[in-house]
Amino acid sequence: MESLSNLTDAALTAIRASADLRHLDELRVQYLGKKGVITEQLKSLGALPPEQRREAGQAINQAKQVVAEALEARREALELAAREARLAAETLDVTLPGRRQEPGGLHPVTLTIERIQALLEQLGFAVAEGPEVEDDYHNFEALNIPSHHPARAMHDTFYFDATTLLRTHTSPVQVRVMENQAPPLRIIAPGRVYRCDSDLTHSPMFHQVEGLVVDEQVTFAHLRGVLDAFLRAFFEQNDLKTRFRPSYFPFTEPSAEVDIQCVQCGGHGCRVCKQTGWLEVMGCGMVHPNVLGHVGIDSERYSGFAFGLGVERMAMLRYGVNDLRLFFDNDIRFLRQFV
Amino acid sequence: MKISNQWLGQWVDHGLAVDALGHRLTMAGLELDAVTTVAPDFTGVVVAHVIAVEPHPDADKLRVCQVDDGSGEPVQVVCGAPNVHVGMRAPFARVGAVLPGDFKIKKAKLRGVPSFGMLCSARELGLSEAHEGLMSLPDEPAAGTDIRALLGLDDLVLEVDLTPNRADCLSMAGVAREVATLTGRPLKVLEVPAVPAACEDVFPVRLEAAADCPRYAGRVIRGVNPAAPTPLWMQERLRRAGVRSLGPLVDVTNYVMLELGQPMHAFDLAVLDRAIVVRRARAGETLVLLDGQQLTLDGDDLVIADEGKLLALAGIMGGEASGVTDDTRDVFLESAHFVPTAVAGRARHHGLHTESSHRFERGVDPTLPLRALERATQLLCEIAGGTPGPATMAEAADQVPMRAPITLRPARVGRLLGLTLPVERMREILVALGCEVTGAGEAWQVTVPAFRFDLAIEEDLVEEIARVHGYDDLPSELPLVRPGITWLDETRVDPRRLRSRLCDLGYLEAITFSFVDEALEARFSPDTRPLRLANPLSSELAVMRTTLWPGLVKAARHNLNRQQTRVRLFETGLRFVPEGDVLKQEKVISGLICGALLPAQWGQAERPVDFFDLKGDVESLLALAGLDRRVNWQVGRHPALHPGQSAELVLDGESLGWLGALNPALEAELDLEMPVFLFELSLDKVCRGRLPRFQEQSRFPAIRRDLALLVDAALPAARVVEVIEGAGHESLKGVNLFDVYTGQGVPEGRKSLALGLILQDLSSTLTDEKVDEMIHGIVTKLQEEVGATLRA
Repeated sequence: MESLSNLTDAALTAIRASADLRHLDELRVQYLGKKGVITEQLKSLGALPPEQRREAGQAINQAKQVVAEALEARREALELAAREARLAAETLDVTLPGRRQEPGGLHPVTLTIERIQALLEQLGFAVAEGPEVEDDYHNFEALNIPSHHPARAMHDTFYFDATTLLRTHTSPVQVRVMENQAPPLRIIAPGRVYRCDSDLTHSPMFHQVEGLVVDEQVTFAHLRGVLDAFLRAFFEQNDLKTRFRPSYFPFTEPSAEVDIQCVQCGGHGCRVCKQTGWLEVMGCGMVHPNVLGHVGIDSERYSGFAFGLGVERMAMLRYGVNDLRLFFDNDIRFLRQFV
Repeated sequence: MKISNQWLGQWVDHGLAVDALGHRLTMAGLELDAVTTVAPDFTGVVVAHVIAVEPHPDADKLRVCQVDDGSGEPVQVVCGAPNVHVGMRAPFARVGAVLPGDFKIKKAKLRGVPSFGMLCSARELGLSEAHEGLMSLPDEPAAGTDIRALLGLDDLVLEVDLTPNRADCLSMAGVAREVATLTGRPLKVLEVPAVPAACEDVFPVRLEAAADCPRYAGRVIRGVNPAAPTPLWMQERLRRAGVRSLGPLVDVTNYVMLELGQPMHAFDLAVLDRAIVVRRARAGETLVLLDGQQLTLDGDDLVIADEGKLLALAGIMGGEASGVTDDTRDVFLESAHFVPTAVAGRARHHGLHTESSHRFERGVDPTLPLRALERATQLLCEIAGGTPGPATMAEAADQVPMRAPITLRPARVGRLLGLTLPVERMREILVALGCEVTGAGEAWQVTVPAFRFDLAIEEDLVEEIARVHGYDDLPSELPLVRPGITWLDETRVDPRRLRSRLCDLGYLEAITFSFVDEALEARFSPDTRPLRLANPLSSELAVMRTTLWPGLVKAARHNLNRQQTRVRLFETGLRFVPEGDVLKQEKVISGLICGALLPAQWGQAERPVDFFDLKGDVESLLALAGLDRRVNWQVGRHPALHPGQSAELVLDGESLGWLGALNPALEAELDLEMPVFLFELSLDKVCRGRLPRFQEQSRFPAIRRDLALLVDAALPAARVVEVIEGAGHESLKGVNLFDVYTGQGVPEGRKSLALGLILQDLSSTLTDEKVDEMIHGIVTKLQEEVGATLRA
């Protein structure tokens, strides 16, 4: 039986020294395989006297178990070491940046239009569109601005010929919508407009959003209500003060200009508001009966209001952009700021 | 409109500080633009009487003067002004005075002669820009009188931005009337007594265009002195209104215009031939205006003529030949009413804009001519002497604008404003505005004053009531929304999704001008004649774009020139393509990429973008409406694109747009220094998808067969796929082109294509025989149609 214990010791030593799984498996075959040395011992049991067999059998089985356990423990240890080695080898500097396309983004004018649209859609306004190369009738005549009207001087118009022009405002969309749809109407018309004027504060092309509501019993109070709520929502200021000043547009009566408390200085006076504490943001009014008349809407039954706002101005106030011309340089360092 | 607060105070005692007055005006629709001082700060300047002038012993241009500054002792002062003379009255800055710019006056020696103070020019006091020597004080103020007090310089000017409808406020009288209404203070109406005739001279006036000019008041004044000085108070009022003093004859007519609102004109009587005739011009008649400009007129122009020649462009500007001069002795004053339509647009037509045309085209009170004439006569005779003849007025009474009463329903006021205002308050406001209100109950008759050309319909009166009541006091409420469901077209992709897809693909949105340089435009669309602006701002912004590419390419260049070498831009907007007589304004989505595909990165080799990067982005866009699998990429030639790297997208025979590399010739011309890739798609067409329709899925296994084909190197791969798909096998579920190869093993002029065919049947498992049969058919077809052979 000494040989069994020597055998076991040798096996355990070899197992301890084993450095990889393949070698370990060879040891398993060598000792515990079908023809393994310990297995062979079991086969020799038959040669022992019956009274010794039981004891010898037990001893062999015990040795077998010890070796098997040692094999298993070593296997686990080697596997763990291998796993750890692999993890160590695969360790990355996770602070390195990932591979990706740099994100793009929308132009701040588009962001502003989409914001205006999203807010007004909640009140049931739907988007309408119209041509940018317009005719004199829709841009002026139908809006109660006949050819010699002094208000035309306020619209520095780009012409193609006597009757074709670039729209100077989004108001012609009002007319086109009313020509094609019956009240109740509730639309906004964002888009490009053009004026023959270019300096620090004027761009020959800029954007407006026009709004129009025509229904029974629409009042000036509704106009105020919609614009008050809209402006507060746009600037996310619940206490934003607005004021309505009488003004003049040929296509609305009564007409108003809307000022908001300066969002830069809170109304105390600064460079942005020219020390007045107020910023003019839009023009509006009740749709003039002549305009309704041009499109065959009965102004005794229906009334309406319209408003128009300058998108670049709103974007400048909202994002703090200080130069109008930046919007049309398309410098990607500028555009990327709005991503 | 510039309003001197001092002058205004003589018309109405408004009792408000200037800021409060400005606010009140702003909130009534007369927007305050600015408040300015009428003179900069200075102190210690008094009236001095020049009593002696001696030459300076050591300087030719200096004089040594003795002045009486009211202190009792003559003061010696050295002066360099050429116009200094004995007997002159001029502003004098005493020692210790502080002039504008914090300029302190001290005792001084000029070339050895002591000088105790300084005689001042108007420029030195900040009252004028002109170098005209010493400011001569024409009246006879006592020596020692403080200049600020004398000229009333502690005044403020309110600059008010008037909207075109408020022509009635283009005068002191009009503004004062408005302020009186707004503040409830009484208006101190100017008394204008008729000036009795001192001679019998009249000059006849004939109205041949009475509809344009229904009233023409005139008067002869003989023996005026055109060299008489305009009194200081009048000069100051003119200056504060922004009008230059040009001698008493012109000053008086300008002053009356500013005071009462009636533009007037003074003719030199000596040049008038027999009678004034107010008529339309005959086509081709010419007139040289006061400013020297010669106009050629037509039948739309209203003129003042005499029996022999044209004298003035009515209501706009006088003629050079008939105006008053330094030699004028006898004048004929014109104070006429020209209706707005006779003047509107004519000044602009001739490129003119005058104080007179500004007023007449907006509407001047037709009751003013005689009153203004009397006022001007009175002032002119006071200042320049002269003997007035009787005032005359030619009139076509039936043509004088009459204000028909407007029906006002008090209930409508409330209905439009959403406001309940007591009817008494409405009536009170209208009366305060000068309206006559008759009737009671549901419908009133309101006659508006003659000076309010802007009030014509009921809504105008509603605005007046709201305005005077105060817009700020009107209610504000959200309207009720009528519920309703807007239908949504499920086959249409929202264009916002396309934009956001491009953003996700790394594109920044650009907004470029819709008008572009004509030469650049021609390089992109040589076969299209773009719409040309009649009045472009510059040649760079002269024609309407027929594609968005010129703008995008310019934007790319802007960035490349600023060290931004990786550019990915897109834009949506209209392109303007003339098609015959019709202009197509089509919305497109366009993009541009150049530079590296990805930002410089540690883990990836840098690689410039190529055609297939762009194509992949476009496919990604098309996929939103499921068009990536339906569209045909047709090899095509576009003048702006690389002939070997461009394709037209065609769907069901209709072009959706183009993509490709910018033509290298253009790339070089535009100094781009790297390949640029562009696409442009019709936005409407790429948003048009299909409603998904469910199809039965096969429960049987799919089989894949790979084909390696040799084809002509120039054959588009899509053609091969087209032949395979066109073979008509229902069980062919997909064709995947997974390799393209040329080189070793492939004959010159050929290329190898590897395709995987996915086959699956809906009702059974495909047998090998059946598949072999299909593949054989396909290969035969490929050979016949495109000359493909199986690669060994």
